[in-house]
Amino acid sequence: MSGFDLSGLTASFSGKRVIGPLSLKVNPGDKIALVGKSGAGKSTLIRLIHERINRNSSLVPQDLGLVNALSVFHNVFMGQLDKHATWYSTLTLARPFAKDKAEVLSLLESLSMGDKLWTPAASLSGGQRQRVAVARALYRNAAVLLADEPVSALDGPMANSVMTHLRGRFSTSVIALHDVDLALHYCNRIVGIESGQIALDQPTENLAATDIMSLY
Amino acid sequence: MFASPTVRISFIFLAIALVGLLFADIAITASNPWRDLGNFFLGIVTPNFFSSEGLLTALLRTVAFAFVGVALGSFFGFLLALVYQSLPVRIFCAFIRAIHELFWALIFLQFFGFHPLTGVLAIAIPYAGIFAKVYSEILEEADPEPGRALPPGTGNIVAFLYTRIPDCWVKMRTYTAYRLECGLRSSAILGFVGLPTLGFYLEASFSQGLYSDAGAMLILFYVLIATMPLWVRPKLLPIYLLGAPFFLGEGLPIVWGNVLRFFTEDIVPAPLRNGEGLAGLTPWLNDLMINEAMPGIWNTVVLTQIALVATGILSLLAFPLISNHFGGPMRRSAGHVALVIVRSTPEYILAYILLQLWGPSMLPAVVALALHNGGIIGHLIGRQTNSLKLRPDAPTGFNRYTWELVPRVYRSFLAFLFYRWEIIMRETAILGILGIYTLGFYVDSAIQNIRFDRAMVLILVTALLNIGVDALGRYIRRKLALQTLPNC
Repeated sequence: MSGFDLSGLTASFSGKRVIGPLSLKVNPGDKIALVGKSGAGKSTLIRLIHERINRNSSLVPQDLGLVNALSVFHNVFMGQLDKHATWYSTLTLARPFAKDKAEVLSLLESLSMGDKLWTPAASLSGGQRQRVAVARALYRNAAVLLADEPVSALDGPMANSVMTHLRGRFSTSVIALHDVDLALHYCNRIVGIESGQIALDQPTENLAATDIMSLY
Repeated sequence: MFASPTVRISFIFLAIALVGLLFADIAITASNPWRDLGNFFLGIVTPNFFSSEGLLTALLRTVAFAFVGVALGSFFGFLLALVYQSLPVRIFCAFIRAIHELFWALIFLQFFGFHPLTGVLAIAIPYAGIFAKVYSEILEEADPEPGRALPPGTGNIVAFLYTRIPDCWVKMRTYTAYRLECGLRSSAILGFVGLPTLGFYLEASFSQGLYSDAGAMLILFYVLIATMPLWVRPKLLPIYLLGAPFFLGEGLPIVWGNVLRFFTEDIVPAPLRNGEGLAGLTPWLNDLMINEAMPGIWNTVVLTQIALVATGILSLLAFPLISNHFGGPMRRSAGHVALVIVRSTPEYILAYILLQLWGPSMLPAVVALALHNGGIIGHLIGRQTNSLKLRPDAPTGFNRYTWELVPRVYRSFLAFLFYRWEIIMRETAILGILGIYTLGFYVDSAIQNIRFDRAMVLILVTALLNIGVDALGRYIRRKLALQTLPNC
């Protein structure tokens, strides 16, 4: 399953509707950028989609969901906890296997974080933490990527490198992005959210930056 | 000023304590209390570490009982914390922790006798109840986000190990280390009911007037607690845990016939045992309630309320001792030493010493409870003031205390005080064993008279009273929106 068709997406927060009701059809191969003002409901929508597709996705949540006390290796390894037996994962907490170490290390090297393999997540900078969450999503290797501002704390070149990796690994994705240029460059479909509704849904080639700016 | 609910509640409690003082038996009855106190301090400054080899053995046993008891308590407490959502588990834990270590020891002594198991279980059982509560609170506070990001199909155990334990590990370790310190104190006072720990040695030295021996014991105990960070190391823990069971001493063998008799005969209420049936039970219970439980509850409550307010006053007076808003480093170091000493001394030992010196009344108990608990809260509040940044032109001296510091820390001060309310009451009840007419006195007398049925009912009453005060304390803390950490 890499495409999905969701309808009746709604979310309320303390009695106030923040999303929908709206429908969203994602086809295999769609690389969707969710754009819109902050507070428009992008993060809520990402969460909703995550639940509706039974969490079968590689997720980069806005608050990253890292376990601060664990090392970078363990945080990344958590992306495949469903694939191992209990004894294997438990042993890995104390003493990781060489095969997993090599795999996670090469992934981190591609994100320029090879030297942080054993650093506890708590002592990383904001940008490094974000890349650990991205690495976990890459390691998870699900058919669909759901990401909420995955490069907001990264500088230009690093943001581009990470977006390139994500585009290369996931054929289908939904990414909330506030950076319009990144959205136009790395995605093939732009969905604009305004007051919890879809205000814009176009292939990227039909759009220019100014068309999107009207949402802000 | 009275518009503030925290001020109002403070004055209500102050008024209750003042009324309590009218009914309380506060007196110094010893013929020459100051000479005795002088002799005692002379003993402390001229400690005798070499009077007998009993001292070192007692020290070793104290540590061994603490380690085995706290380790078992934390292991079973952790297991209970995993199922703490269940109401029966919560009630069970509240019940076992409402009964003081010494009461548990008195119960086990009746059927296990002076076997090491008595001391180990007396610590492990109430501690398991406390660990279960605090561990479950810590686990609940863990960040839920990492769990949500896990792939579906991740096993529960693995999810728990990866997302909850690492997040809680440091807090659980800190709390367990703090409890080990409490365990050393509990272990020491178990000696007062005859187990081979420091309390036994202290009582023996005191009764013979060997103040220098008693002084040596107290000094060794302070050194033991003050140096804990040096000798309690993660790497050494497995050695201690494996070794401790071998240093509990032989004790006396368990007579299993006694165990059986205790449960099938001794604790069965007398009327039932004598075949009077349920008809005989009512007058028996009435007599017990009116002549023992009621006076015991009354004295326990009066003493608790006076001690609670005395603790509060002492904490407010004591916290400047370690606050870096007053005095220089010399004075603060002296303050630290003073607070470490008062809070390291178990209430029970303080009360015992003061009772020996001043004679029996509620006064030694109030002073002991206030010193110990005031030392703890004063330390916590003082440390809190050290993280306060005041404006550069803030007033100094007494004005700084009254205008800048006390208003800022008053809420957490009250939170700590109400948190310790239940602890103070549990201690108050137990001090009855020393001859103050609180519930512990009636429990102890019933046991002396081999009326275990009555003792069990009175222990049950004590436990219910503690659970009630704990609930009331939590209600007040919630009502005033007072937050506190469990490590107090």
